[in-house]
Amino acid sequence: MNQMSTEGYTTADGRQIGGVLMEMKNITLRFGGVKAITDISFDIREGEIRAIIGPNGAGKSSMLNVISGFYVPQEGEVWFRGAKRPPMKPYQVAQQGIARTFQNIALFEGMSVLDNVMTGRLTHMKTGMVAQAIWKGAAEREEVENREVVEKIIDFLEIQAIRKTPVARLPYGLKKRVELARALAAEPKLLLLDEPMAGMNVEEKEDMSRFILDVNDEFGTTIALIEHDMGVVMDLSDRVVVMDYGKKIGDGTPDEVRNNQAVIDAYLGVAHD
Amino acid sequence: MAQSSQATGGHTSIPALLQRNAQRFADKPAYREKEFGIWQTWTWKDVQREVNNLARGLINLGVNEGDFIAIIGSNRPQLYWSMVAAQSVGAVPVPLYQDSAAEEMAYVLDHCGARFVIAEDQEQVDKVIEIQDRLHQFEHMIYLDPRGLRKYDHSHLHDFRHVQEQGHAARDELTPELERRRAKLDLTSTCVMLYTSGTTGKPKGVVLSNRNIIESAQNSSEFDNLGPGEEILAYLPMAWVGDFIFSVGQAYWTGFCVNCPESAETMMTDLREIGPTYYFAPPRVFETQLTSVMIRMEDASRMKKWLFDTFMAHARKVGPSILDGKPVGFMDRLKYALGNILVYGPLKNTLGFSRVRIGYTAGEAIGPEIFDFYRSLGINLKQLYGQTEATVFITMQPDGEVRSDTVGVPAPGVELKIGDNGEVYYRSPGVFECYYKNPESTADTKDAEGWVATGDAGFIEESSGHLRIIDRAKDVGKMADGRLFAPKYVENKLKFYPNILEAVVFGNGRDRCMAFINIDLSAVGNWAERNNIGYSSYQELAGHPKVLDQIQSHVEEVNRSVAEDPILSGCQIHRFLILHKELDADDGEMTRTRKVRRRIVEDKYSDLITALYDGSERISTRTEVTYEDGRKGYISATLEIRDAAVQPDTTQKMAAE
Repeated sequence: MNQMSTEGYTTADGRQIGGVLMEMKNITLRFGGVKAITDISFDIREGEIRAIIGPNGAGKSSMLNVISGFYVPQEGEVWFRGAKRPPMKPYQVAQQGIARTFQNIALFEGMSVLDNVMTGRLTHMKTGMVAQAIWKGAAEREEVENREVVEKIIDFLEIQAIRKTPVARLPYGLKKRVELARALAAEPKLLLLDEPMAGMNVEEKEDMSRFILDVNDEFGTTIALIEHDMGVVMDLSDRVVVMDYGKKIGDGTPDEVRNNQAVIDAYLGVAHD
Repeated sequence: MAQSSQATGGHTSIPALLQRNAQRFADKPAYREKEFGIWQTWTWKDVQREVNNLARGLINLGVNEGDFIAIIGSNRPQLYWSMVAAQSVGAVPVPLYQDSAAEEMAYVLDHCGARFVIAEDQEQVDKVIEIQDRLHQFEHMIYLDPRGLRKYDHSHLHDFRHVQEQGHAARDELTPELERRRAKLDLTSTCVMLYTSGTTGKPKGVVLSNRNIIESAQNSSEFDNLGPGEEILAYLPMAWVGDFIFSVGQAYWTGFCVNCPESAETMMTDLREIGPTYYFAPPRVFETQLTSVMIRMEDASRMKKWLFDTFMAHARKVGPSILDGKPVGFMDRLKYALGNILVYGPLKNTLGFSRVRIGYTAGEAIGPEIFDFYRSLGINLKQLYGQTEATVFITMQPDGEVRSDTVGVPAPGVELKIGDNGEVYYRSPGVFECYYKNPESTADTKDAEGWVATGDAGFIEESSGHLRIIDRAKDVGKMADGRLFAPKYVENKLKFYPNILEAVVFGNGRDRCMAFINIDLSAVGNWAERNNIGYSSYQELAGHPKVLDQIQSHVEEVNRSVAEDPILSGCQIHRFLILHKELDADDGEMTRTRKVRRRIVEDKYSDLITALYDGSERISTRTEVTYEDGRKGYISATLEIRDAAVQPDTTQKMAAE
């Protein structure tokens, strides 16, 4: 995989994957004396679905939090769209075009689905608070434009029927979909999904997989996801990074990873000394 | 022919009606669809443009006159336009049920030899691709929603909008051809072909001509004074004849507006937003809505519950009379008006029925309580009786003559007659042309004089001239003394009680009727819980004396109501028992669609039937059951047989005198 040209590659199903969108160079993240991530490097290419997998406590979520700018690594560099990213606040990362969903759903429970998804447009709104309160002219136009984008996403994810329903009243599987809608509303360059299928039944997983593939296909969104369900990961992703105890133990296409001895050991369990 | 053409005002096809509407109602909304959270509107002029572009696009793709074009999807304006565009170029639209499996579609597409398919989305496209190797005549597919289809091989696949654009681009070259083809359409040309989902055998393609559709639409619109101001919600399957007549036939004839919901799940919200003035739903829909209202009222505060109960009781008393324009006292009217402000109005608004002027239900028997509930609220819910072969309308209930137990008087232009075996026959302008490629079935159903057998047994009530359907003709028999035996009629009456899930009535060729009853475990179980009656199984609950008492009172009530009908009074139930197990499809006692297989039940429980007739008070029995995993076991039980009070038989008395 490392020999891959900067021009990208073609996937098994004939999709054209572009150049490097994000590159992690020798990332090390410590919490006091604990090393959560040790010297990890990998890249995410434009248009691909990139999975990060690993057993519990492998450091997957920490990795995602580094990408989203929530954690600042002690060592290493994060390159995004050809430039080295200085340490920045999560909202600045969002403005750069990175959106995410959370493992434990983080929606505004009291607000309707529509309002929740609208919050995803915040980075695209330019009018100030006062103008929005008066809601005339530019502010109104802006709201209408943004609502249009949001409605297309609601249509895309087939959540029209719950448009006006408060999120607190929704079942878990739908909340996950609403979170995806909110992330998509930001029209991200890179979409981070933290365990999008956790706690779902088979049917909900199938639906979610379909949506992830459709998002990638329709909008060309690059997706990085963490997932426990191996079947889902192997079916969805183009390339997989495998982590164990904060280290990268494998990187490649699902088939390559599946046959990697280190990965098999990590999953089936081999005595660590 | 010339006469008919005058009757329909010279408009001899749906495309001709579209031309008329585009002039007469040019800027009036013709279609609305909720898309991206907003109701999008197309006026009649817009529709004419869309249909013409599509029609030219179809010619451009190579559609010939006489081709069949299958249309698969949910109710979308574009799919309705597809049907009219197909007609405009001399092709025959064949709408299919969008939930049918690929296998079922394969049969229909092959049978009609469709060269073109217009499909709504990826799901439908995938189904057709799956079976396309077996379809010899299939050539091109057009899809509406491009989502997920980008990477498909587009050599025989076309985007709907692209086809329209091509039709628009080639308007100069193709318009003369389109006009030539459109001018050729007359009342005898085929308007649409609809496949009936036959319970037995393969589906049959019912060919309906322009005359069938236009004259039926005209007659029924005049019957109910439908005008261009009506609003309807198109949510029933497009492959069903009713949707075709409401959303195409009547809509084009009268020029009213067809509203398409955003998705199947948002139907109820969309219904409330549109507030249709003309509405059709099968009984099941009304039943579900009523149940959800009742459940929500159970959870309402005590004050609200009291208001609801008080005013609903009043509505039941005077509501139907007010609706029918019968004399009602001033105080009662005043109280009803108050109820309308406090309860009925808001309730109708919640249900989306605030503006319903005419509502219809059909398809199966509707429970009188359900029917009366809606009518007492002031919703003009009526019944009609029809079938695909009749272009829907056989009988309809006129305003002011609405009852839950009849299906109305013959629709305008319809003649009725009752056969010797009690079967209902009709003849009308709506009678279908033929079953496509199936002359034997056509001859079996339609005789040389144009009379069509409905397969239902019924009679015309002398006092009112209303038709009453009692049963499927093949189930109707004679009792030993020659009186009519109509099991389904009695079973339906029994099943209207929430406590009774299933009932099987016996009596063909016998002197008295007997019944098996299945209780509804959830309803009776709920009652048992509230009354502190413990039980561990269906069998135990079914054998509880208090349950038997309840069922007995239901049976006796049904007997009283059956006895009111001189023709059917012989069907009163003399003795009954509650079965020790639920009738089950796994045991072959029912079909998968939950219809009782009478013969099998009769054979399997012959010992119980004997006991019912020989007067024994209880019977011990052992029944084989099949578990879901296919294993077999036995249930043993001792059943109590109860006698039910019967009303004196009026016909017999009259005969004796």
